[in-house]
Amino acid sequence: MAATEQEILEGLGKIINEITGIPASEVTPEKSFVDDLDIDSLSMVEIAVAAQDEFGVEIPDDQLKNLKTVKDVLTFIQG
Amino acid sequence: MRIPDIAAGAKVLALGHYQPAHVVTNDDLAKTMDTNDEWIQSRVGIKERRVAKDESVEDMATIAGGKALAASGLSPDDVDLVIVATCTLETQIPNAAAVVAHRLGIKSPGAFDVNAACAGFCYALATASAAVRGGAARNVLVIGAEKLSQWVDWTDRSTAVIFADGAGAAVVGPSETPGIGPVVWGSAGDKSEAIEVKDRDSFLHQEGQTVFRWATTALHPVALEACARAGVDPSELAAFVPHQANLRIVEAIARKLGADKAVVARDIVHAGNTSAASIPLALSRMVERGEVSSGGLALVLGFGAGLTYAGQVIEIP
Repeated sequence: MAATEQEILEGLGKIINEITGIPASEVTPEKSFVDDLDIDSLSMVEIAVAAQDEFGVEIPDDQLKNLKTVKDVLTFIQG
Repeated sequence: MRIPDIAAGAKVLALGHYQPAHVVTNDDLAKTMDTNDEWIQSRVGIKERRVAKDESVEDMATIAGGKALAASGLSPDDVDLVIVATCTLETQIPNAAAVVAHRLGIKSPGAFDVNAACAGFCYALATASAAVRGGAARNVLVIGAEKLSQWVDWTDRSTAVIFADGAGAAVVGPSETPGIGPVVWGSAGDKSEAIEVKDRDSFLHQEGQTVFRWATTALHPVALEACARAGVDPSELAAFVPHQANLRIVEAIARKLGADKAVVARDIVHAGNTSAASIPLALSRMVERGEVSSGGLALVLGFGAGLTYAGQVIEIP
């Protein structure tokens, strides 16, 4: 069974916390990675690689640059 | 037909390095482009770098090579092959190796350059080792020398904050016991556009995310394989000297390698990314500072444009 949006959000929060130290509770759908969470482009790659391991969905670099908000990633992972 | 008596092994006899005197700090860069010290340090881990003002690639290679030769105790007459790893010559013809050999008083050696970008030194080292063991050369001077500053757009913060100039060198000679392990090398030409100088009027361009993803996911298996082929467990390594691409890449590979006792080269903090020069430069400086001991094992791992990569275990001279 595919993960629910809430499960993906929690998993993503955990990944972002491990990579950047940002509390998982701050990772909410409306947040922008660059403007709100201050996550740089290389950390985004690390998040994409970890998300691929966790959710089995590859996020290529050319797609990654279009994923501006947490919601964008949730939508992308849910396909 | 016959072949010469061949050496049982080859090893690095001595190291040398050269850095230009001119230091460029992050604050200096912040004056000419939209960046600052915190931005640069958090992304690439560099505090300052050296930039050649008057020195050419050949000048830096000659000084580093001369130091390594002097430290080896050999005379120029003992060297019969010179290999320069570089991808930043000002002109393509002639090669650097013959020029550098002549300046060092090495008479009529075999002389050629290797372009495997930031992996170049490890390719040259493997070639030197094979030449000594195969009887093609007795002693080889291997030099990595780069002047990235002349190929970088100094208004482009995605590259100008990273790249720098310098040179490092090693003398490779025969040995009763192996001192240079089997090389693990390869390439990923499908990503050739990730780091490129498109034409002779262009500056170096890098797809930072593509390179970062590749470096942090594809290279630790190469590092582990280089150890395995040499019969060395990562826990036995005294040093890990990867190409100084970006401190975050260095640390990511080091974490996955799990060489708990190894001193990890972090030369990039003060030297920047000097492509093919970064490994011999970092290792030579670590030896000079007494951070590693003679006889210890170091894993060297080069990777860069091509994309290319190469790694091997060596005994520290």
